[in-house]
Amino acid sequence: MIAEVGLAALWLATALAILQLVAGVLGLKTSDARMAAFSTYARQAAVVQAFLAVLSFGLLLWAFAITDLSIKLVATNSHSMKPLIYKLTGTWGNHEGSMLLWVAVLALSGGLLAGLERRLQERTMSATLAVQGFVALGFYAFLLLSSNPFERLPIPAFEGSGLNPLLQDIGLAIHPPTLYVGYVGLSVAFSLAMGALTTKQVTPDFAKVMRPWVLFAWVFLTLGITAGSYWAYYELGWGGWWFWDPVENASLMPWLAATALLHSVSVLAARDALRTWTIMLGVLAFSMSMLGTFLVRSGVLTSVHAFAVDPERGTFILVLLGLYIGGSLAIFAVRASSIAEGKRFSATSREGALVFNNVMLSAILAIVLLGTLYPLLTEAFDVRVSVGPPYFNPAGAIFAVPMFLVMAVGPLLRWKNDKPARIKVELVLIASILIGAVVLIAVLGDYSVLAVLGLALSVALGAAAFLPLRGRKIGRTPLSTWGMIMAHLGVAVSLFGMASESAFTQERLAAVAPGTTEEIAGWTVTLDSVDPVAGPNWTAIEARLSASRNGGEAISLTPQARNFWAPSQATSESALITRWDGQLYAVIGDTAGIDAEGNQRWQLRIWWKPFVTFIWYGGLLISLGGILAIIGRVRVDLRRRRAVQLGNERRADQAALEETASPPKAEPEPV
Amino acid sequence: MRTIFFIPLALFLFFAGLAGYMLTQEKDQTVASAMIDKSLPEFNLEPAYDGLPGASRRDFIGGEPKLLNVWASWCLPCIAEAPQLETLKERGVEIIGIAIRDKPEDVANFLARHGNPYTRIGADDISALQIEIGAAGVPETFVIDGDGNIRYQHIGDIRENDVPKLLQILEDVR
Repeated sequence: MIAEVGLAALWLATALAILQLVAGVLGLKTSDARMAAFSTYARQAAVVQAFLAVLSFGLLLWAFAITDLSIKLVATNSHSMKPLIYKLTGTWGNHEGSMLLWVAVLALSGGLLAGLERRLQERTMSATLAVQGFVALGFYAFLLLSSNPFERLPIPAFEGSGLNPLLQDIGLAIHPPTLYVGYVGLSVAFSLAMGALTTKQVTPDFAKVMRPWVLFAWVFLTLGITAGSYWAYYELGWGGWWFWDPVENASLMPWLAATALLHSVSVLAARDALRTWTIMLGVLAFSMSMLGTFLVRSGVLTSVHAFAVDPERGTFILVLLGLYIGGSLAIFAVRASSIAEGKRFSATSREGALVFNNVMLSAILAIVLLGTLYPLLTEAFDVRVSVGPPYFNPAGAIFAVPMFLVMAVGPLLRWKNDKPARIKVELVLIASILIGAVVLIAVLGDYSVLAVLGLALSVALGAAAFLPLRGRKIGRTPLSTWGMIMAHLGVAVSLFGMASESAFTQERLAAVAPGTTEEIAGWTVTLDSVDPVAGPNWTAIEARLSASRNGGEAISLTPQARNFWAPSQATSESALITRWDGQLYAVIGDTAGIDAEGNQRWQLRIWWKPFVTFIWYGGLLISLGGILAIIGRVRVDLRRRRAVQLGNERRADQAALEETASPPKAEPEPV
Repeated sequence: MRTIFFIPLALFLFFAGLAGYMLTQEKDQTVASAMIDKSLPEFNLEPAYDGLPGASRRDFIGGEPKLLNVWASWCLPCIAEAPQLETLKERGVEIIGIAIRDKPEDVANFLARHGNPYTRIGADDISALQIEIGAAGVPETFVIDGDGNIRYQHIGDIRENDVPKLLQILEDVR
């Protein structure tokens, strides 16, 4: 029953998406009074559709919770012996379930937009909802025609065939859904951009409507990338936190575009400038999230994340990609010149700095995009290449370094036109911190140029982040300014973690027998024993290590090399000790022969990574900044709405008073 | 209309075309052996079970070109290619098997169930020869000429439409 209700809800939602599309298009013709009603239909269709799509996902969640093995998806991806939390996360740990999650979030945000947003011109809203319905329709078709999550088995399975053990982790519970919410938030920004482009209403008001959605998407993308990076760091057991893998890049590229969009939409809202650029970025950000989905699902690129790869689905997504992105870029090409470029500004102004930052972000995006797609291009000529850190790190840094420099100064500039002389003190302060840090680090040790630059920039950026507070009353600083300060500080903190990790990490790889001691960066690590252990669906060998720092109290560490059954797969569970100034990271490997006394030896790998945790603390700070900005913006909007409402009421009262004062006019006779 | 606004569209169309083309291409994930056109390494393997003698490099020298079939009783595609090996044997091809990480009773069992196209089967218990001749998996089939040189490598199970091709190559390297 559950599966049939879920499927029915999905079909009904699809029908409503068609209604939303048709009514939205008809609603565009508000010149005809009867047509105005269509816009209302589009709104209602979006709201009910949100309810149905969420219901459908809820039902699939339920089917996984009770391990309904008559449903094919549950039978192939779950197992009755799995802990409940992983049964639930298993719902979206597969292609069909994750696509259903995607449409549920898409419909939910469409419903929210349709139900709550009243500031936009109704024509623009109609166009936006039509685009939204069109986007949703493609995904419904994808789900229902090629990846039905509710398909029944003719005979219920006796037992489920598990879930990829690598994905059996709490990281999975957070990472993909967070990214999805971010991607979907960008789809709303995309719909709004296309709506405004269609009605040529690219105005500051439109930017104010779009901004919370961009912020919202951006916060989730930031959290998703941060969580994903930490997950890869401790789960893959390679000690790295970013591998420039195509799928990682696929999540980074929308973030870069969204970051650029976030800044340009602010310029549009505050200064009515950068109109076409904002629209372009709106399309680009969504294109990047679609591209990410395509690369992940189609298997055209080789990646460590090769899940649910299927060329047929790839073709489907490519067709969707062509319709959405090709269509919107075609509209953009034809329409963009009809939106005037907006207000002018001088190069040394807040806008000028933001434009520079935008161009640098776009350049980094282009670098990542090129590096990610390059293997695809060469493979067309039968040459197999793999693009990695030697390309991405320096090529990205060429644009990241100037961007960070301008980022330190930009928030101090005034809108429209400013003179660098006005902020002389701040400029000198930032420059001296930067130069001082470079010299100090270069004297202290022999590190790579990028690491030294990164460390120095992070210190200067961290200090500069607080400079916009100068001359302001702390208590009266708007929440959105605090948001900016937090986010910029987060970038500095994250950058510090990355640079520190790459400059100061120490590594020890040894073949050791129980009882042996290894030294690393002031830590003494002893291998006490290696024993077999068993979990609910795996067996493992577990090393018992005791680590003590500078002769302090010994802390126990238990890295494991796990073997899962159903399906059989080996994974490595790293063990970490977190201190404020870094992490000790230990991994146990295979057996490594026998030592002179005939004891079994094991491969043991230990890292000391100073301040590595700052990478993710920075990510959290950035998201916190985004959340503060959303709260600040929404509060201001609500206050303004309340003020407008009060003003209207006062005017109405005034009119009523005047009316009672003057003699009532004669009512026209009804015909 | 300004041309500059068409650039994103043009770039996208280029990407979509490329991606579409790549989707239609069959993805070749196999690794070809570096030993092709080189001489077989020296080896001398024990019999994999009691029924047939073991295999050594000497067995390939002189006479007609032969097939060297890397297989195992625990390998499912090897069951799928058994009828094709049988066809090749009927066409007069001598096939020497190398059983990878196998047990004598399993080998005997497999041959009883799926037929025995081999004249000799060597036991490669630690995949030593397999690695030396550059076979990445099982099954793989190599064409060895009368001078003991590796002339051709077939990766994966032999399908029905591969049989004429293999016969042709055996004819060509004579």
